[in-house]
Amino acid sequence: MLPQISLAGIVLIPFLGAVAIALAAGRARLRNIFCWASSIIFLLAVLGQVAPFLEGETSRQVAWQLLPELTIAFQLEPLGLVFLLLSSSLWLLATPYAIGYMAHGGYTNLSRFFACYAIALGAAAGIALADNLLTMFVFYEILSVSTYPLVAHTGTSKARRGARVYLALLLMTSICFWLPAMIWVWASTGSIDFAAGGILEGQVSPAVAGWMLVLFMFGTGKAALMPFHRWLPAAMVAPTPVSALLHAVAVVKAGVFVVLKLALYVFGIDFLREIPLTDFVLYVAAFTMLAASLIAMHQDNLKARLAYSTVSQLSYIVVGAMLATQVAAIGGGMHMVMHGYGKITLFFCAGAIYLASKKTLVSELDGLGRRMPFTMGAFLLGALCVIGIPPLGGLWSKWHLVTGAFDAGHGIVLVAFLVSTLLNIAYLLPPVLRAFLKPLPAGESSSIKEAPWLCVVPLTLTAAGAIALFFFAGIPYGLMEAVFE
Amino acid sequence: MNIVDLMPFSVLVPLIASAVVAMLPGRTLPWALTFLATLISAVIAALVLPAATDVTLSYPFGNWPPPIGIEYRVDAANAFVALLVSGMATLALLWAPISVNREVPKRQGPFYALFLLALSGLLGITLTGDAFNVFVFLEISSLATYALVAYGSDRRALLAAFRYLIMGTIGATFLLIGIAFLYMMTGTLNMADMAERLPEVRDTRSVRAALAFIIVGLGLKLALLPLHLWLPNAYAYAPNFVTIFLAGTATKVALYVMLRFIFTVFAPDYSFVVLPLATVLMVLAVAGMFAGSWVAMFQVHLKRMLAYSSVAQVGYMVLGVSLVTAAGLTAAFLHLFNHALIKTALFMAIGTVMYQTGSAKIDDLRGLGRQMPWTMTAFALAGLSIIGVPTTAGFISKWYLILAAVESGAWWLVGLIVLTSMMAVVYVWRVIEAAWMTERPANLPMVREAPLGLLVPTWILVALNFYFGLDTRLTVGAASAAAEVMLGSGVSGVNP
Repeated sequence: MLPQISLAGIVLIPFLGAVAIALAAGRARLRNIFCWASSIIFLLAVLGQVAPFLEGETSRQVAWQLLPELTIAFQLEPLGLVFLLLSSSLWLLATPYAIGYMAHGGYTNLSRFFACYAIALGAAAGIALADNLLTMFVFYEILSVSTYPLVAHTGTSKARRGARVYLALLLMTSICFWLPAMIWVWASTGSIDFAAGGILEGQVSPAVAGWMLVLFMFGTGKAALMPFHRWLPAAMVAPTPVSALLHAVAVVKAGVFVVLKLALYVFGIDFLREIPLTDFVLYVAAFTMLAASLIAMHQDNLKARLAYSTVSQLSYIVVGAMLATQVAAIGGGMHMVMHGYGKITLFFCAGAIYLASKKTLVSELDGLGRRMPFTMGAFLLGALCVIGIPPLGGLWSKWHLVTGAFDAGHGIVLVAFLVSTLLNIAYLLPPVLRAFLKPLPAGESSSIKEAPWLCVVPLTLTAAGAIALFFFAGIPYGLMEAVFE
Repeated sequence: MNIVDLMPFSVLVPLIASAVVAMLPGRTLPWALTFLATLISAVIAALVLPAATDVTLSYPFGNWPPPIGIEYRVDAANAFVALLVSGMATLALLWAPISVNREVPKRQGPFYALFLLALSGLLGITLTGDAFNVFVFLEISSLATYALVAYGSDRRALLAAFRYLIMGTIGATFLLIGIAFLYMMTGTLNMADMAERLPEVRDTRSVRAALAFIIVGLGLKLALLPLHLWLPNAYAYAPNFVTIFLAGTATKVALYVMLRFIFTVFAPDYSFVVLPLATVLMVLAVAGMFAGSWVAMFQVHLKRMLAYSSVAQVGYMVLGVSLVTAAGLTAAFLHLFNHALIKTALFMAIGTVMYQTGSAKIDDLRGLGRQMPWTMTAFALAGLSIIGVPTTAGFISKWYLILAAVESGAWWLVGLIVLTSMMAVVYVWRVIEAAWMTERPANLPMVREAPLGLLVPTWILVALNFYFGLDTRLTVGAASAAAEVMLGSGVSGVNP
């Protein structure tokens, strides 16, 4: 039986970990211990919430009174628990990977790196547990700012340029759109607390709510709706552990989590259907889904290809929210988890390939399969999971999304899903096929072998997780269903 | 001795101390007495604030009853401003000694005496209830400030001070003309009395002219675009301590007096009706927000950059005023307070950099994040506050300002506010990138972290930025009380 600690305590763990890691600057062993400790304690703390939660216990905690009637408050609800479980489990798996990768890659300033890494996870936890828009906004911004040093980590002019685009887009969208939208909600309803079924119905007209929706959706830059998606490819200059855990899981999933949370807890799924502009956002998301896939096909850089794939997959979840049916929303929530496991595996593999062979382009992967069987095998599994082929978890989320589109009667979206799946196959499988089927180019040194085990073990585990999710998809499904009870 | 009797000493202690300080030899002694006097003044202001929030306090000088004698009249609005001014002055003084020893190596007595004069002038403007007294104290503080600016070690400081002198004198003259018109029409100089008598003569050209003169005169002091020209150079070339002090206090007091005239003396239903004041202020505020932020983005000299940023921030405050709602005024008062915290912290950080490296040019800051981590982190954190990132004081200001705009239905203003915030991101981030994301070029000197005497006050200010971003009871409470007072007493125009 795990002890249950307060919600604010959970959010605080990674922040305290960050302080410890920063103080351990220069002492590698101690720093690594702190990295491990914070991710393990964090996971245990999250797991400690599960049992009481399933027994129907609801916990709400007001941590701080910021302004009159405006608080920093936390509450555990099913959607947030899904996100928490996802990020805490993957943080634990990413920790050895990051330690191994950064050490073998010869990177410096590791304390700053790991401290910011931990802060980002804490911010993600804050978003997951936020009980009102203000709390969500505060942690959303902490997440943006704390990941900036990670993106710019190497300090080259390319890294700085990428990081500048990254921060500018994320801050701009959140301050220009999200903040006014939140204040608008506050001014027109007198409440910014999340409530199952929404808070806007009956308070504002559907037309007004439509504009709020547009502001919120484009304001959530982390969900990478076009045309505000450029930051994600730009962020790929970061070391791979950042791309893997943050730009495939914590940051981007925070974005789509915000979208889902707003759809379910601010607008409410029934009210969302009445809003005329919902369809507009829906089509933008469907367009993003296809357009990003098309761009991904033409990327030779492996990480860039994966980044555009993420842009596309995130839009699946936004579509799931905007379809405004229960099944689609459940599918969206499940896709958060499935895509999280699939995509982190792909990024881990990309990083392992880079460490082992210094190769970054898809066209260079010929013949690598035999040299790095574990890595490329895991890549195949990750790709299949993102595409949605059994026996991998991705199948179930896409299943529900497609069913949801059918229920809602959105034929175009249905077609978009199908086309997008074909495109997924077209850009995710070629790297694997090249690696296994083509021979190693002549003159290539045959000394390439698997990356250090600190990197290979995590990617094997996440791939195994993607398979396990096929069989245990009932867990995220059950939690998502609980949102509607 | 009750609080009302204590109140005038907030002004008198620095005023009297300045005469003594002027004659003190050496370095330590003048600073110590100055600090003591400023601290006493701040403590008195802190004691007055809670008392003045409930009732308006009045202290008649020499026991002459108000309309005849001079009175100090303190309510929630000016008690708040007085606390801000004396508090910021105390904190600035903490930072001062090391830096002033460098910039004013000899004869510090007169320097600190001028500072005390400027401070007592600003406090006098804030606390007095007499219109002519406002002018007198304005001149005291302004003359002292011109001299303080001229102390700057750069020779351009002299030109900046001269320019400030010319423009400041024009502003003061305009104010004097305005007050003279009012005196001519009402026969009184007491502001409360004036407010009662003005309705009888409200439809005369003289009164309208008086309003216009006063607003232009104070607009100059406030550095409201296009009357801001004196500010960037004065801030850039003054000694760092003077810049820090001015940035947190001078424009704030000017804004307060302007509000006092617009809302209390004339009453909003007069000021905003006879002149298209709301429109004028709004247009100038928006123009200031944009022009200030825009120019700041391209400044090479960081003190100038922060100075232009101040022009933009004054725009935010005036924008709140121009909405003429309780929410807008609350936002203005809040930002008046928060901006003082933000800008003081930023100027302290840059002043610390100047002390260590001798330069505040952005190119000379390259790679400084490694060598002066504490200073540059302080700058970065204060920078987050000026951008308005949540958990900082700047966010609270921005929240209320946007809320005020939303409640007034002015959507385009919301857009403009967030747009100029993005410009703040740009000019703050240039510095952060230069300091951390670039290597230090070989031709730049290697420097060390600054002495604690500079770092500790800077970090106190940074901490205050976060404190007032998290605990808003004092600021929001005082600001909304101040706004209420301004609007509440402003009905004198309609009442018979």
